Amino acid sequence: MSADLTIILPEILLAVFAMLGLVVAVYTTKDGMASALLWATAAVFIAVGAWIGFTGEGTNVAFNGMFIEDAFARFAKVTILLSAAAVLLMSEGYMTSRGLLRFEYPMLVVLAVVGMMMMVSAGDLMALYMGLELQSLALYVVASLRRESVKSTEAGLKYFVLGALSSGLLLYGASLVYGYAGTTLFSGIVQVAEEGVSLGLLFGLVFLMAGFAFKVSAVPFHMWTPDVYEGSPTPVTAFFATAPKIAAMALFARVMHDAFGGAVADWQQIMAMLSVLSMFLGAFAAIGQTNIKRLMAFSSIAHMGYALMGLAAGTVLGVQAMLVYMAIYVTMNIGTFAFILMMEKDGQPVVDIASLNMYAKREPGKALAMLVLLFSLAGVPPMLGFFGKLYVLRAAYEGGLAWLAVAGVIASVIGAYYYLRIVFFMYFGDADEERLNGGRSPVLYVMLMASALIMVVGIINMLGVEGAAAAAAAALVN
Amino acid sequence: MDNLLSIVTFMPALAALILAVFLRGEDEAAQRNAKWVALATTGITFIASLFILFEFDPNDTGFQFVEEGTWIMGLTYKMGVDGISVLFVMLTTFIMPLVIAASWSVTDRVKEYMIAFLLLETLMLGVFMALDLVLFYLFFEAGLIPMFLIIGIWGGANRIYASFKFFLYTFLGSVLMLVAMVGMYADAGTTDIEALLNHQFGTEAFSLLGIQLVGGMQTLLFLAFFASFAVKMPMWPVHTWLPDAHVQAPTAGSVVLAAILLKLGGYGFIRFSIGMFPVGSDVMAPLVLWMSAIAIVYTSLVALVQEDMKKLIAYSSVAHMGFVTMGIFAANQQGIDGAIFQMLSHGFISGALFLCVGVIYDRMHTRDIDAYGGLVNRMPAYALVFMLFTMANVGLPGTSGFVGEFLTLMAVFQVNTWVALVATSGVIFSAAYALWLYRRVVMGDLIKESLKSITDMSRRERAIFAPLVVMTILLGVYPALILDIIGPSVAALVTQYDTALAAAEAATQFAGN
Repeated sequence: MSADLTIILPEILLAVFAMLGLVVAVYTTKDGMASALLWATAAVFIAVGAWIGFTGEGTNVAFNGMFIEDAFARFAKVTILLSAAAVLLMSEGYMTSRGLLRFEYPMLVVLAVVGMMMMVSAGDLMALYMGLELQSLALYVVASLRRESVKSTEAGLKYFVLGALSSGLLLYGASLVYGYAGTTLFSGIVQVAEEGVSLGLLFGLVFLMAGFAFKVSAVPFHMWTPDVYEGSPTPVTAFFATAPKIAAMALFARVMHDAFGGAVADWQQIMAMLSVLSMFLGAFAAIGQTNIKRLMAFSSIAHMGYALMGLAAGTVLGVQAMLVYMAIYVTMNIGTFAFILMMEKDGQPVVDIASLNMYAKREPGKALAMLVLLFSLAGVPPMLGFFGKLYVLRAAYEGGLAWLAVAGVIASVIGAYYYLRIVFFMYFGDADEERLNGGRSPVLYVMLMASALIMVVGIINMLGVEGAAAAAAAALVN
Repeated sequence: MDNLLSIVTFMPALAALILAVFLRGEDEAAQRNAKWVALATTGITFIASLFILFEFDPNDTGFQFVEEGTWIMGLTYKMGVDGISVLFVMLTTFIMPLVIAASWSVTDRVKEYMIAFLLLETLMLGVFMALDLVLFYLFFEAGLIPMFLIIGIWGGANRIYASFKFFLYTFLGSVLMLVAMVGMYADAGTTDIEALLNHQFGTEAFSLLGIQLVGGMQTLLFLAFFASFAVKMPMWPVHTWLPDAHVQAPTAGSVVLAAILLKLGGYGFIRFSIGMFPVGSDVMAPLVLWMSAIAIVYTSLVALVQEDMKKLIAYSSVAHMGFVTMGIFAANQQGIDGAIFQMLSHGFISGALFLCVGVIYDRMHTRDIDAYGGLVNRMPAYALVFMLFTMANVGLPGTSGFVGEFLTLMAVFQVNTWVALVATSGVIFSAAYALWLYRRVVMGDLIKESLKSITDMSRRERAIFAPLVVMTILLGVYPALILDIIGPSVAALVTQYDTALAAAEAATQFAGN
């Protein structure tokens, strides 16, 4: 028992930290503590991330297989923790100046992160659901953090209702799987599935996948994404676009390989369809957007399509490609959202793309960094984003899905258009009126520049992510 | 100097970085510094590249100056040049200082302008030197970014449309090549170009979507690469991005585009299509030959009716590139020799022609042919230079334009007489549009009021043209200068091509029995 507890010690510590933080803040200065709590949380995230990343080794199973701590889980956890810390740091200035920084915010993020860490380590349908719900409940609340705003409330409510629906689908799938496999443990399910997937099990699998597709916002379960992205306060949007996406994607991979690894042929086609639909819808729907947050929502849908392409391959290389892709995607998004957070006029946030008109003339440094990020998002070499795409293309091709690779590159050309449109406003505009001012936060500036720099310098050796992802994928698929 | 190639390639990028980080301000001094830094860098790069040329051994048909290092994803960082690529490297380093010097009158965002051109030079050099598939693709595609910005920021009135069209058109062409590269990696297990040149890709016919594919995987790979290089080249009918891009780009952008960027496609055809997919190339060659012939005649006719000088020269470029593709896919010694020669010579001539347009555009701010006439009266030196390059463009013997056209025509005559016949008529059309352009712009009486005070070329402009004039005539009277360097490598390539075809033929017959 104590061995089990040692394995989940990071999660326990984070949960305790969240509860302590809440209690301390309630009994002291409440929101006055918020800023300190936020910095403390970010520090704790980084510390826990480093701890997991540097000390963890091998595969450890706790609670009779319900909780798995392996290289795959560690990779996902470190990425989640670091990106959550980055987003928290980015949100401080924005939230303080708009009176949104309540002490619950960092604590809710901690709870969401604990949920995510549970998700990526789940070895059982019950553990999976617990993690997923802990994450979701915390996210529903932060989505509607701006209580007096109709849009924010709407975003939270929409997210909640649709999230509940998807949880329902997922639970239905889980109970079908339990019914036909006779166990909720992945290690048990995989044995049953290897002997042949019965119709009932297949139904369960499909419902499970629908639930996951909702969480990663893959088409056709993406409808909530643009509205939630638009309505939530921008730092929260940045959070939605990063950590929960990694968690959901990792969970997806975990279930598909740990529980249904022997039945790749049964889910490969579904996965490929989710992927191709996401890539194309993301590419087409973003073209008409004028709101940069909505645009990023569609962009993230398209990116999830590429990550799913890696999963669709159903191989070790596929999982590795997905992990590398997600790591790059998160880094790009942190930089991009740092830029979006800096878009303001007279203290008010601006989200209209047209407001970037001739931005390059006034802020050449920031515009250049954003240019790098945009081309990276579009997957144009030599930026790191290109290597993410190359990875998943290679995985898909070698997994026998050449058609999916061809569809992917065509979608990427269509997608390039809307990233170029932002470049067009920043660099090619005409009118020289000042539409944006302010936005001189040093934290945001550093995040933007660091992210852009990684996109360029990272191509030399990918900063070691490649080896870690290879180890993680090897631990998951066997 | 073990890493001479990397030094040459990345020197301009380094200068761009220095400009980006250290140069502040938009005042005149800062602008002047940016220009001088760029000019000095491109000049030094050219001098450094001369070392490559002098130490290059033409009789060694393998890759020379090879550098190799490990990289991510099992790829390699590998650079090297052989007889086919070394002169393209020289062309690039030779043209770039002239391009920078021709941009002296730019006043808008000079620092960014110079950074864009310096980065572009690095990327173009990288394309010719890369010996790893993905490294090649990286340089090949990344060049779109600075060119997109050059057209979009410093271009003419309709620059936005042109820049988007340029980017998306060429991007779409290239992504299929990327998938093909992934396929090649999967098939051969390596991305090393040297190894891939010796790898035999499958030629078994198979059916895809109900179509029987002769030449099998090679044809498929060929088509994927063709999609990219044909757009880049550009070949009829996917050439439509070029006139738009040329017309809207600033003069220096047009020069780079015509003189160097168009050569990436031709280089790719020789290196990849002929080198790696001989059977696929052989299957598709008749189609490509006819497309080239059509391109030559059709775009020459289109050039005849242009009102805009840049557009006219752009169409003439497409016609000249038709000779190149024709020579390449004739796939014999003269053909590929001629194609490379034609590309190099076109680099000098078309670059010079766009500079000629730039000279009068700088003075009159219009490219309409009708706005000019009788320039010879006020600009004798200009008239002389313009005439030389017009004649070279036509392919007058004694200029470099003649050698390439003659060699490619001779090569294709051996392969397909009808194509040769059609293509030769293009030579006559090219004389027609080029001479008529010259007649309308330079000859006649100076009657337009606005032209009465036009001045002849300045010393800076003469200095820019001088090297181009020398090269055009030198290569025209002594083509061995180039042919001696490329000859052995081309001969090896052609031998390999013929051997591969014979082997495939034998295999088919064996299977047939």
